[in-house]
Amino acid sequence: MAKNKETKLDFGSKWDYSAAPESAGHAEIKKEYGLYINGKFVKAEGGKTFASTNPSTEEHIADFAEASDKDVDKAVKAARKAYNEVWGPMSPKERGKYIFRIARLMQERAREFAVLESLDGGKPIRESRDVDVPTAANHFFYYAGWADKLEYAFPGKTATPVGVAGQIIPWNFPLLMAAWKIAPALACGNTVVLKPAETTPLTAMKLAELIHDSGLPPGVVNIVTGAGATGAAIVNHPDVDKVAFTGSTGVGKIIQKAIAGTKKKATLELGGKAANIIFDDAPLDQAVEGIINGIFFNQGHVCCAGSRLFVQENVKDLVIKKLKDRMSTLIVGDPMDKNTDVGAINSKEQLNTINKYLKIGVEEGAEIYQPNCSLPKKGNWCKPTLFLEASQSHRIVQEEIFGPVLTVQSFRTIDEVIDKANNTPFGLSAGVWTDKGSKIFNMTTKLRAGIVWANTFNKFDPTSPFGGYKESGYGREGGLQGLSAYVKLK
Amino acid sequence: MTNNQLIALKRPIDQVGVEERVARFQTRSIKTEAKVQGLKMVLNMIDLTTLEGKDTEGKVRQMCYKAVHPHDALTDLPTVAAVCVYPTHVATAVDALQGSGVKVASVATAFPSGNSSRKIKLADTKIAVDAGADEIDMVISRGEFLSGNYSFVFDEIAAIKDACGKARLKVILETGELSTLDNVRFASDIAMQAGADFIKTSTGKISPAATMPVTLTMLEAIRDYYYATGRMVGMKPAGGISKSKLALHNLVMVKETLGDAWLSNEWFRFGASSLTNDVLMQLAKQAEGRYQGLDYFSND
Repeated sequence: MAKNKETKLDFGSKWDYSAAPESAGHAEIKKEYGLYINGKFVKAEGGKTFASTNPSTEEHIADFAEASDKDVDKAVKAARKAYNEVWGPMSPKERGKYIFRIARLMQERAREFAVLESLDGGKPIRESRDVDVPTAANHFFYYAGWADKLEYAFPGKTATPVGVAGQIIPWNFPLLMAAWKIAPALACGNTVVLKPAETTPLTAMKLAELIHDSGLPPGVVNIVTGAGATGAAIVNHPDVDKVAFTGSTGVGKIIQKAIAGTKKKATLELGGKAANIIFDDAPLDQAVEGIINGIFFNQGHVCCAGSRLFVQENVKDLVIKKLKDRMSTLIVGDPMDKNTDVGAINSKEQLNTINKYLKIGVEEGAEIYQPNCSLPKKGNWCKPTLFLEASQSHRIVQEEIFGPVLTVQSFRTIDEVIDKANNTPFGLSAGVWTDKGSKIFNMTTKLRAGIVWANTFNKFDPTSPFGGYKESGYGREGGLQGLSAYVKLK
Repeated sequence: MTNNQLIALKRPIDQVGVEERVARFQTRSIKTEAKVQGLKMVLNMIDLTTLEGKDTEGKVRQMCYKAVHPHDALTDLPTVAAVCVYPTHVATAVDALQGSGVKVASVATAFPSGNSSRKIKLADTKIAVDAGADEIDMVISRGEFLSGNYSFVFDEIAAIKDACGKARLKVILETGELSTLDNVRFASDIAMQAGADFIKTSTGKISPAATMPVTLTMLEAIRDYYYATGRMVGMKPAGGISKSKLALHNLVMVKETLGDAWLSNEWFRFGASSLTNDVLMQLAKQAEGRYQGLDYFSND
């Protein structure tokens, strides 16, 4: 084909979409939320509170109780009592009915949950509406089905519950992570003390209200809000049988040390730095879409985000050109607008971290590219960013940034790209794009990552296990495998 | 180009990925001013079409009046882009549309099957062009394509393009008969390489016709061709688009795939007739705040 003169597409403002904001008027937000312990909403000991703000407007949303060691102790005691007296002895079929009820209620209140998730966390309403909330409800549906079928999940063995599960979840998918944690725990007959992240407690407390409305017996699910100290109190509580944590690798290591030598079981779902690999025989336009979804979904606040792009050198220029054009069509801004593709960065702290890495990348000599899009004046924002000509030894390639920042490296052979993809302390996910089936199977056996997507990226389903290799953690959540963490087998 | 040269153009398309992208376009919320502007653009991109055995001069003349005056009860309406008729009615349409700016398009090349000799197809084209057609809508030989005779398809398009002279050539792939998106993509590339000014999904006689995945695949082919050559090629989805909402989703797809330059009837058309009244009804609703009955809009 003829070598090109410079051709440029114009993604301008000839036909701009009018604002289409989702109304938040129908969602009820209290001024202050207590802790949900033993079926009651109570203040923290000493009445300490903290505020949650809207990351896109910096407006105050509500105050939340900050749970102390004493509050956590109360919650664990309530969970133990419920485990011994109600939830443990209950027939599995009856437990399943409660979980189904939670799932149905979540579907009924889906719109309210979606609005609140975007308000508190900054993610676009399109994602909270189409991904977070429906997938969360699906997790409850899926695990409700397992509740009375555990003997089929573990044939030839008897599965009994572990006891009280202490669960700590991150701020990137607040409601969905709560569902990932609570649903399998309940289905296996455990009781729960859950702590949402301090920047995104709103939907967890809404979930507490929903669980309360569902008539779940008091103490089966307890939700306590707070920061790191509250989390530490849960991890270190002697009567917690199992710790489930999703969050940063740094905190994961602290937890690992804290529970060493105790009886506590643990699953850790930590950071990632996934390779997204594009071969020259891939369906390129669809691959570009996969790159976009891989890194800009939820502003890149995704542990399995495809943050390292590897493109075969003979199609690199074309793929980058397509990628830049696609980035020009991303709408960055008000999370509540139905047309927004990329929302607000979850917190000032996270924005500072991302900006630190942008600076590092530039200093390391990678070529930074950002589309020409306008950002709101108030709030936490970061333009979708590429680092072209990145090298394996760059810090921006080695370290998790957890933002809308993609590094781009070229490769020449299959062996080279496998080597580079695996050359990381993380191992959560990876993506492979090729039209050739045999190449996919070759890659999936050699990539050291818990999840490998072929010709797609960032797909989540309750039936599919999720978890990492190496410093991305251990244990699996979701699917049949997700049950294992919450049972003892005899 | 030889068969082997053409085969080298083949590019894989992932249907699942295409469908996901299409679903994403459909989540765009088009409201208020954006909706009115979009609807007017859609109206201005329509090829008002009658392709029936029972077409007459009277029918064509009435349709041409509608093309220029879609709905005089509303002010500030654009005309449609073109009327599309059989070669025998081109002269009538040219006469009826004089000075209006509305183009006359004619199907040719043994439309809709395309099963005839090169000689007859060329003659068919010449008759339409000589009668004053501004645009020719040809069909490709799907049988030859599916049997692997790609150079036949290429040569035929190139020959018709030659016969068109100044008239712009739209090449109908009849995607409903090509069965896969890989084929849609490959046929699009062959047509553009052979000189097509527009590529068009369907004759309107076969279903499925202009589905969004098919149109997206063709828009992406146009984009790659533009990247490589700098030549713009137009796109015309035809058949199956009868509602405003679907038309607006198509427009979103054009805007986000090819950008602003293609958002005009010089580069994008809708091959549809029933779409016109639905657009008019929506525009009337935007202007007056309520829906009117279908009887308030003219059937042609």
